Amino acid sequence: MVPLSWYLVVAAALFCIGLYGALARRNGVAVLMGVELMLNAVNLNLVAFWRYVAPHDLAGQVFAIFVITVAAAEAAVGLAILLAIYRSRETVNVEEIDEMKG
Amino acid sequence: MLQLTWLIPFIPLAAFAVIVLWAYPRRQLSSSIAIGAIALSWVLSWGVVAQAIAQRLGMGERAFHLLADWVPTGDMWFRMGVQVDPLTAVMLFMVPFVCLMIFIYSVGYMEKDPRYSRFFAYISLFACGMLGLVVADNLFMLLVFWEIMGLCSYLLIGFWFEKPSAMKAGLKAFLTTRVGDVIMLSGLLLLYVQTGTLTFADLFAPETLHRLAETTVPGLGLPWATLIAMLIFGGAVGKSAQFPLHVWLPDAMEGPTPVSALIHAATMVSAGVYLVARTFPLFAAVEHGPQLGLVAFIGAFTALFASTIAIAQDDIKRVLAYSTISQLGYMIAALGIGAYVAAVFHLITHAFFKALLFLGSGSVIHGMEHGHHEAAHYGHGKHHEEAKPFDPNDMMGMGGLKAKMPTTFWTFLVGTLALAGVVPFAGFWSKDEILAHAYEAFLHEGVVSWPFFVWLLLTLAAFLTAFYMGRQVFLTFLGEPRTEAARHAHESPRSMTGPLVVLAFFAAFLGFAGTPWANAFHHLLAEGYEVWVPEVLHATPFNLSVAALSTAMALGGLFMGWWVYGRRPLQAGEVDPATRLGALYTLLRNKYYVDEFYRATVIRFVLWCSETFFGFDDKWVVDPIVDAVGAFGRWLSDALRRFVDTPVVDGAVNGVARAMDFCGRGLRLTQTGRVQNYLLVVLVTVLLLMGLYLYW
Repeated sequence: MVPLSWYLVVAAALFCIGLYGALARRNGVAVLMGVELMLNAVNLNLVAFWRYVAPHDLAGQVFAIFVITVAAAEAAVGLAILLAIYRSRETVNVEEIDEMKG
Repeated sequence: MLQLTWLIPFIPLAAFAVIVLWAYPRRQLSSSIAIGAIALSWVLSWGVVAQAIAQRLGMGERAFHLLADWVPTGDMWFRMGVQVDPLTAVMLFMVPFVCLMIFIYSVGYMEKDPRYSRFFAYISLFACGMLGLVVADNLFMLLVFWEIMGLCSYLLIGFWFEKPSAMKAGLKAFLTTRVGDVIMLSGLLLLYVQTGTLTFADLFAPETLHRLAETTVPGLGLPWATLIAMLIFGGAVGKSAQFPLHVWLPDAMEGPTPVSALIHAATMVSAGVYLVARTFPLFAAVEHGPQLGLVAFIGAFTALFASTIAIAQDDIKRVLAYSTISQLGYMIAALGIGAYVAAVFHLITHAFFKALLFLGSGSVIHGMEHGHHEAAHYGHGKHHEEAKPFDPNDMMGMGGLKAKMPTTFWTFLVGTLALAGVVPFAGFWSKDEILAHAYEAFLHEGVVSWPFFVWLLLTLAAFLTAFYMGRQVFLTFLGEPRTEAARHAHESPRSMTGPLVVLAFFAAFLGFAGTPWANAFHHLLAEGYEVWVPEVLHATPFNLSVAALSTAMALGGLFMGWWVYGRRPLQAGEVDPATRLGALYTLLRNKYYVDEFYRATVIRFVLWCSETFFGFDDKWVVDPIVDAVGAFGRWLSDALRRFVDTPVVDGAVNGVARAMDFCGRGLRLTQTGRVQNYLLVVLVTVLLLMGLYLYW
């Protein structure tokens, strides 16, 4: 059986890729995709820990399902916002979107 | 019955309250309430008197007492109490009855007055005051009722306050009696300090009196009893209008005549005499002290002084006012020589015949006013009346009223004979008792003594009394009418003549209560009194020479009155034959210029004081101080504003705002509005926290 650390390494790598994407990409859709990757890295961690540490509880799986749900909602809302921004500003470049500047 | 004594002053008080609060728009009802109340009091009073006599109540320990706690003063209580002893009983015999007569009389006299209800309210309150004073068992209550009467006197003298003279007379009465009241109050305070009680029964206990007589006032060398008695006498001088505080009483005649009769002749002015009689043990505590000499001197001097003034007055009521002062002087003088019983006896008889005379004069004035209206109405006689404004009180404008007002005349004559002291009318017996006492005392003590002084002055005053009363009767009732008003005068209504007849009956026959042979009055009053003052209360034996002399004086005075005014009646427009006395007449007519003297001295001094204090207050001291305080306050606030408020407080407020602004500007830079920047901050923060967590 594959040891737990492998999963964790994969999840960490995935998280870093996602983080990089979220921080460095200029396209708003890509940023959302990075966030999605980070969330899924977390899911991976949750499921792995459930399987290796507490297989008799359902907590890990339930958590993962919740995260997936929330991620779906987040993606929907994020894409809707991006769509709305695109309609009004003709761009999805996050560098240019600074309406909230103080 | 005795248990109900407290109701006697209370009923008129209730009547006063009911009239003032509820009944005043209904005139008939108001007077009925007042008369009903005083009648009830009268019935109760005579019941109490009868029982007091039947039970042989004595003074001091043997008096009837009823007590209730009243005013707490520290750990003491002033007790509200009524007391019935012989002195109270004789006053209760006189006061409510005379009040009742005068109330009834007022119904007729005040008939046309717009303030009819108010008049009855006031006299009810007055009756409460007098009755309360009489039944009070301590000096504190006595003082309270005394002041109530002072107030009523003021209100009733100024009853016709549209007249400036009436208003001023009310003020004068109030202020003049106030001088006496203040002296009396200081006496009461000293008494309370010395004895710790104001109740008569405790005050006049032999040991208390003894202590007061033995201890002397530091610095004065007088016994306390002497000093306190003299101060209390000050109150009596004010209230009973004795020299030198007599000036208010003649002016008090500005009030309605029933008031003059009730307050300023029969009852209230005798309150002063009553006070001295009531506190007599205190006066007698020190034998041959100056206090009794002072009382005798003031009384006798006033008796003669006022009677000389009375012979030169033209106002029918003023003559009677001075006569009242003079008769009160008799009573005071009698007390001063220790003729206690005679003084109280004279007080009672005088109340009856002086009320009678005043009501008679009121009836005359009433008739004259009606006559004046009638004469004016029918239009005759205007031509010889225009010279002088009409004055219904002026005796010079009367004459011949005997035929017009027979009832008034005959009753007035009875009063005159009683006042002059003609046998067997009431005044003779009481006056004779005083004179006999004085005579006997001076035989005892020699010519250089108070009794001789008193006897001499009072005998002379008796002559003058008879003279001015003769003058009054001849000028008013006999001869020919001297004005149209007198020609058209007619008899007063029955509500007025009725009381006259009743009072005349008493004025004629009351004296028989105290004849030297069967002196029921003396027995009543002196019995039990020897507890306090044994030596002064032996009955005065009848002295034929004194009686003969005083009768001769009375008849001589009346004869002289006839000689001057009756032998050849005054004609209209003629001047008073007494003007032939020249400067003396002017002096008497102007009342020895006492008023003018007071105006030039006391009143000027008081006004000067007021002005000085006004200057002190307004110009030199108090106002400048106040102004300076104000200026200092302004200066201080200005300085505070400049050196504290602006730099410190405002600076703090503005500084806080500026700091906020600066911080805000700084923090604003972090708000780039770019999501990725925020995210980066989150990442860095998480990493930092994680690092902290792992490596701390």
